[in-house]
Amino acid sequence: MTATTTDPVLSFDEAMARFDPVLGLEVHVELNTVSKMFCGCSTVFGAPPNTQTCPVCLGLPGSMPVVNGKAVEAAIRIGLALNCSIAEWCRFARKNYFYPDMPKNFQTSQYDEPIAYDGWTEVDVDGTTYRIDIERAHMEEDTGKSLHVGGATGRIHGADHSLVDYNRAGIPLIEIVTKPVEGTGAQAPQVARAYVAHLRDLLLGLGVSDVRMEQGSLRCDVNLSLRESPSAPFGTRSETKNVNSLRSVERAVRYETGRQAARLAAGERVVQETRHWHEDTGITTPGRSKEEAEDYRYFPEPDLVPIAPDRAWVEQLKAGLPEPPRERRARLQQEWGFSDLEMRDTVGAGALGLVEETIAAGASPAAARKWWLSEMARRANEQGVELTALAVTPADVARVQALVDEGKVNDKLARQVFDGVLAGEGTPDEVVEKRGLAVVSDEGALSAAVDRAIEANPDVAQKIRDGKVAAAGALIGAVMKEMRGQADAGRVRELILEKLA
Amino acid sequence: MSDPTRRTAAELADALASGETSSVELTRAHLDRIAAVDGDVHAFLQVDAEGALAAARASDERRAAGTPASVLDGVPIAVKDVLATEGLPTTCGSRILEGWVPPYDATVVARLRQAGLPILGKTNMDEFAMGSSTEHSAYGPTHNPWDLSRIPGGSGGGSAAAVAAFEAPLAIGTDTGGSIRQPGAVTGTVGVKPTYGGVSRYGLVSLANSLDQAGPVTRTVLDAALLHEVVGGHDPLDSTSIDQPLPALVEAARQGASGDLSGVRLGVVKELTGEGYQAGVQQRFDEAVQLLVGAGAEVVEVSCPTFVHALATYYLILPAEASSNLARFDAMRYGLRVYPDGVDAPSAEEVMRATRDVGFGDEVKRRIILGTYALSSGYYDAYYGQAQKVRTLVGRDFATAFEKADVLLSPTAPTTAFKIGEKVDDPLAMYLNDLATIPANLAGVPGISVPSGLADEDGLPTGLQVLAPATADDRVYRIGAAAERLLLEKWGGPLLDRAPDLAGASA
Ligand SMILES: [Zn+2]
Repeated sequence: MTATTTDPVLSFDEAMARFDPVLGLEVHVELNTVSKMFCGCSTVFGAPPNTQTCPVCLGLPGSMPVVNGKAVEAAIRIGLALNCSIAEWCRFARKNYFYPDMPKNFQTSQYDEPIAYDGWTEVDVDGTTYRIDIERAHMEEDTGKSLHVGGATGRIHGADHSLVDYNRAGIPLIEIVTKPVEGTGAQAPQVARAYVAHLRDLLLGLGVSDVRMEQGSLRCDVNLSLRESPSAPFGTRSETKNVNSLRSVERAVRYETGRQAARLAAGERVVQETRHWHEDTGITTPGRSKEEAEDYRYFPEPDLVPIAPDRAWVEQLKAGLPEPPRERRARLQQEWGFSDLEMRDTVGAGALGLVEETIAAGASPAAARKWWLSEMARRANEQGVELTALAVTPADVARVQALVDEGKVNDKLARQVFDGVLAGEGTPDEVVEKRGLAVVSDEGALSAAVDRAIEANPDVAQKIRDGKVAAAGALIGAVMKEMRGQADAGRVRELILEKLA
Repeated sequence: MSDPTRRTAAELADALASGETSSVELTRAHLDRIAAVDGDVHAFLQVDAEGALAAARASDERRAAGTPASVLDGVPIAVKDVLATEGLPTTCGSRILEGWVPPYDATVVARLRQAGLPILGKTNMDEFAMGSSTEHSAYGPTHNPWDLSRIPGGSGGGSAAAVAAFEAPLAIGTDTGGSIRQPGAVTGTVGVKPTYGGVSRYGLVSLANSLDQAGPVTRTVLDAALLHEVVGGHDPLDSTSIDQPLPALVEAARQGASGDLSGVRLGVVKELTGEGYQAGVQQRFDEAVQLLVGAGAEVVEVSCPTFVHALATYYLILPAEASSNLARFDAMRYGLRVYPDGVDAPSAEEVMRATRDVGFGDEVKRRIILGTYALSSGYYDAYYGQAQKVRTLVGRDFATAFEKADVLLSPTAPTTAFKIGEKVDDPLAMYLNDLATIPANLAGVPGISVPSGLADEDGLPTGLQVLAPATADDRVYRIGAAAERLLLEKWGGPLLDRAPDLAGASA
């Protein structure tokens, strides 16, 4: 069943003409620590259900949590990378509510004492820089995962029964919450997307998370409200939950803007509620209303002692932070001589790191960009995976380019080399060898082929003799065809021009 | 040997070491005693004869090989049913955990096994340790061996009664507001609540995490010290466990028993005596203090004014933490599952509601409601927040008092054992039983209860409580052992020798 709605929606332009949007983004990041937040269980993704559990993450009576120091370290580094203050002293708190995939029926989280608070970061959209203030980044544990069996929707409603996998229960999460983001105007959807993309790059740079949105290791809740003008008080906001791709973040902001604008324009009020995002139809539907919201009855977790990070350690972590993504991008653009557009495309394709490594492996910036953004992007798209998931390394790409530069293969053959590498046939050199892809550099054979082409096309040959060099293309094509592509087109052209000079 | 069930754990350990007896013999003797008297006492919810005898045989093999695992290797023990025991049902006295067999051992239990103590079984308790009489057990009350019509105290009435009825030489209890000490007082046995963090809570099914502490239940102070040294000390699985070695407890108990108390300052807490304390209880307390003075100790009166608020504070913090701890019992993964009557294809929430309705007793429901309310938004500051502030003040009162005195003294419980059923419908009267024991839990300090005699008016046991600063558990053993020795001399033998013979007792 596809979610449908009768909510009227105003067009985005119309909405923007009448209202000013205010954004808020809550991002949950699963850390890539080896063990869980409060026990020693493995965090590896994709294991058979309930094989990575113990009395602690199953919440069995009598079990008690012990904080994972590596998760605290990651939380502090994330906080520092977002220019946050790091708490001198903070505690975990219990967030009490019932849900079958939450083993203790409370989540061990942080409440009014987050590990990191009051930060900021900046994102760029079409040449404009937006400052995003960070309210807090706090530590918590993930819940299990329910699978609702039977029924048509895969949702709990209408299901025969549910299965719960607790492998995910207790995986460390960092929740990063922005302060209200104002002043974006009609750029709100792009700013939201750019912020999440920016966080992804930042977290990747820190090496603290796999940040795979498709696996749920980075999840986003989008809060949005509208007001009459930038000077008016905040309007009532909706919270759209689990918007789990960059494209969806942008679409969700756009949709909610139109939906709320239609209500306000009709003189109705916006209901403060959580809303479900529907990826397939690009709409939101109502979830829990805040009027009937639960009281989480937070209180400090009595089984854990407060965390008081040593100041010298925090300073040490700060000194060890990697270069921030924005600064890194600016530096790389400068070094590579990319235009703004080229740089934006590279970043947008998620190819920045790949291009950087390819250049480091010896390719020119232009070549590295060309391969990743055209040939590799097409293949990733066909396979429905991220560029980084392709079975080809930056070193492979650099090597193929080197083969082209050395004249051993041409562009067409290079694509076949990539076919072989992706098919697991070995390194580029091994593929060239096994498939016999090297261009024919036997001057004799090539010369004979050129002679035959000239003989077969006297008219064209005469034009070239008359100085119309551009006509050489037809002869080159004929030679290449005869050589089944395995010739260096540049050398063929030289031979033709020599012979017809 | 003479009836092994009448001997102390220290004596049994000596007899095992000298080869006079075997662990199998001891364990069998206690299992026989349980079979003979527990029908009347009902101290046990679960007896594990097979497991205990297997452990006893293994112990005897170690002794034979000359490699005992500990001083107490082979001495059997009973464990309160609130501690997780792998392969042995753990119910917490609740219907909702009926039949639950934990897949893991509590750290205390693991240490008992490592030290070679055969576990005789699991002892009865008020449901989830909520109560002072063991009447709130879903499996029926435990009876006081001194008078079977009376309560054995609670929540750990099962452990205290087992030891008092000679069904076990040793037991483990847990103490959240007095659940080890108050049963000790009303059954004429010894109970120790260690410093908070001194004994691991891992595997102890939490009542109130910030107050709970497991500890020894025995017939002598020395036995308690021996057991404390086996189960105590740092545990990385419990973040609140203290990462430093235990003081020398056995040594302190031996030193205390040697008698000299000169230079020791005893503080009698003004707020924990007098009004509200039964005359016979007060009288035995005063006499015990005089005996200690006779041994060279000096007495000062100390005042801890915030102690009068301790009970109210406790009844906010405990239910708050408990309401959250008990949320996990939702019929999803383990324990009882009840389907609601007349509902076709009930939802998870409906099953959970029906299960909690049937699975929890009234006292548990009462405290869940209290705690949920105390933590609710808009009430948190007034209740839970305020209670934490008072708790801090209680700690300050202790600190001030310990500047004037090395240990503090009071009667353990305000009354002797009351009749089963007498207070079960009057929660407030029931809560008053823990008046003198609760402050120690709020402040995390250690305390012991040793028998101080029998009240004149009813001939039932009374207790002397000794409290010391946090991590100075050795002091409660020293003063407790001194009082025990002086009183034994006065009585001419153990107090429990005066307890009536139980029906079916063959010894
Ligand atoms: Zn685990």
